[in-house]
Amino acid sequence: MPASSEPFIRIEGLRKTYRTRGEDFLAVSDVTLSIEAGELVSLVGPSGCGKTTLLKILAGLHPYDQGTVQIGNPAHPFDPARDIGMVFQQALLLKWRRIIDNVLLPAEILGLPMKAARERARALLDLVGLAGFEDKYPYELSGGMQQRAAIARSLVHDPKLLLMDEPFGALDALTREKMNIELLRIWRESGKTIVFVTHGVQEAVFLGTQVAVLTAGPARMADHFEIDLPHPRTLDVKTEPRFGEYARRIYRLLGME
Amino acid sequence: MDSGWARRFGLAILVHLLLLAAWHFFVVLGEVPKFVMPTPKATLESLFSGNYRWMENIWVTGVEIFGGYFLAVGVGVTLALFFSWSRLLDQLFMPLLVSLNMVPKVALGPLIIVWFSYGIFPNTLIAFSIAFFPIVLTTARGLREVEPDLLDLVRSIRGSRWQIFVKIQLPGALPYIFSGMKVAAVLAVAGAIVGEFLGSEKGLGYLMLQVQVTLDTAAMFMAVILITLLGVILYGLVLGLERLLVVRDARVQ
Ligand SMILES: Nc1ncnc2c1ncn2[C@@H]1O[C@H](COP(=O)(O)OP(=O)(O)OP(=O)(O)O)[C@@H](O)[C@H]1O
Ligand SMILES: [Mg+2]
Repeated sequence: MPASSEPFIRIEGLRKTYRTRGEDFLAVSDVTLSIEAGELVSLVGPSGCGKTTLLKILAGLHPYDQGTVQIGNPAHPFDPARDIGMVFQQALLLKWRRIIDNVLLPAEILGLPMKAARERARALLDLVGLAGFEDKYPYELSGGMQQRAAIARSLVHDPKLLLMDEPFGALDALTREKMNIELLRIWRESGKTIVFVTHGVQEAVFLGTQVAVLTAGPARMADHFEIDLPHPRTLDVKTEPRFGEYARRIYRLLGME
Repeated sequence: MDSGWARRFGLAILVHLLLLAAWHFFVVLGEVPKFVMPTPKATLESLFSGNYRWMENIWVTGVEIFGGYFLAVGVGVTLALFFSWSRLLDQLFMPLLVSLNMVPKVALGPLIIVWFSYGIFPNTLIAFSIAFFPIVLTTARGLREVEPDLLDLVRSIRGSRWQIFVKIQLPGALPYIFSGMKVAAVLAVAGAIVGEFLGSEKGLGYLMLQVQVTLDTAAMFMAVILITLLGVILYGLVLGLERLLVVRDARVQ
């Protein structure tokens, strides 16, 4: 059965250089990675190693120089024009829109039927724990709540792939842990494929079904491996010896041991 | 919250009344000559005496201020929109506008009068030329201020440029447009009056020069008050429109 053996995302020998003012800058060199549908892959690495670049290539926002990037397989067809949801470090909510209307932005852009989309948006706000905040404005929400709204927005058009670029990077440590647990729940309930960029080694291990480690100078993929920890995960997972081993392995790859 | 608002409103009225009272007692107790400073009462009385043609003069100055101002809003916002649509236009004309903005527009007054003679139209033009720059500059800036990540988000689902413009750029620029409009409202009043000082045969500024000769200070005071009121009405209109269109937290302070 060759069809099902094909991964949802296949990245092979990917290479990307930025050209600015005549100078070439190698941002990504030789990244190879396979991601199955429904996985939550953590992408971890030091600042400037090309994580955001990789996400933007996956989102179809940047061209690349070499290699293959293929998303979708017969079991999970992928429409690059509408199957991407994105979450960034900043929530980037539109200040003049109520939360529900912020969540609806992708649906408006894609021209989806608004009545159904509005119902879905409500359900999603419920899913991310913002029921009752539909009619608030962004400034009435805390940073963590704004980020929840951003996650709801990224899901409103029911995309197959969620790209998250350090979505909890601007939050305090406590809120961040809470959001990690929430994200795992949202991921389980929505069944999305998620690529999650982070600086946090613990976060990468805690969330990922798979971790891909990138190193800087020159940017390249150091290793990637599965995280064999049981789901659903709770904070207790962090005390397991295997958790520590995975974390150590990543630190080692990043040359921090 | 309601009582807080009433309190602030009450205090604002109180401080204005105090100023009037201070003015009155300063003139009366200090025995200030009438031609130096009239009492508030004498100032008010000038409205109903003499041959000042208040209504006509208010009308003329009002037309100049409001005409120049709304012309500036229309042209300024439209130009800024063009700049945001065309990089070439932006690169060509934005530096030019920034330099022209440095020209003291008041200094153009005599030229405008040479070109367009006396009257309502040249004064409107002066008001326009002075109100135009803050509007076009702030609007252009507001349209430029879009979070790159937000653009990426929209582009990742193939949002069109028009959608980006209508849903993100334009509403995002509104607070900037209004901050420019508020600055411009004050300037437009000054522009129209300077125009009337330089040469005209009607208007509150013209009236001030007329009565200056006879040291009719009360009428001059009244004219200043009326000009101020025209400015307050314009500013209030803009403020009200902003309240209506811009969400509180998005306003540029
Ligand atoms: N548009 C661009 N033009 C030129 N160089 C760029 C551009 N975007 C990123 N780079 C460079 O490419 C490298 C990788 O950038 P990228 O943003 O992908 O890193 P990152 O891993 O996301 O870093 P961080 O963790 O700090 O977000 C950096 O050295 C950056 O300077
Ligand atoms: Mg980044």
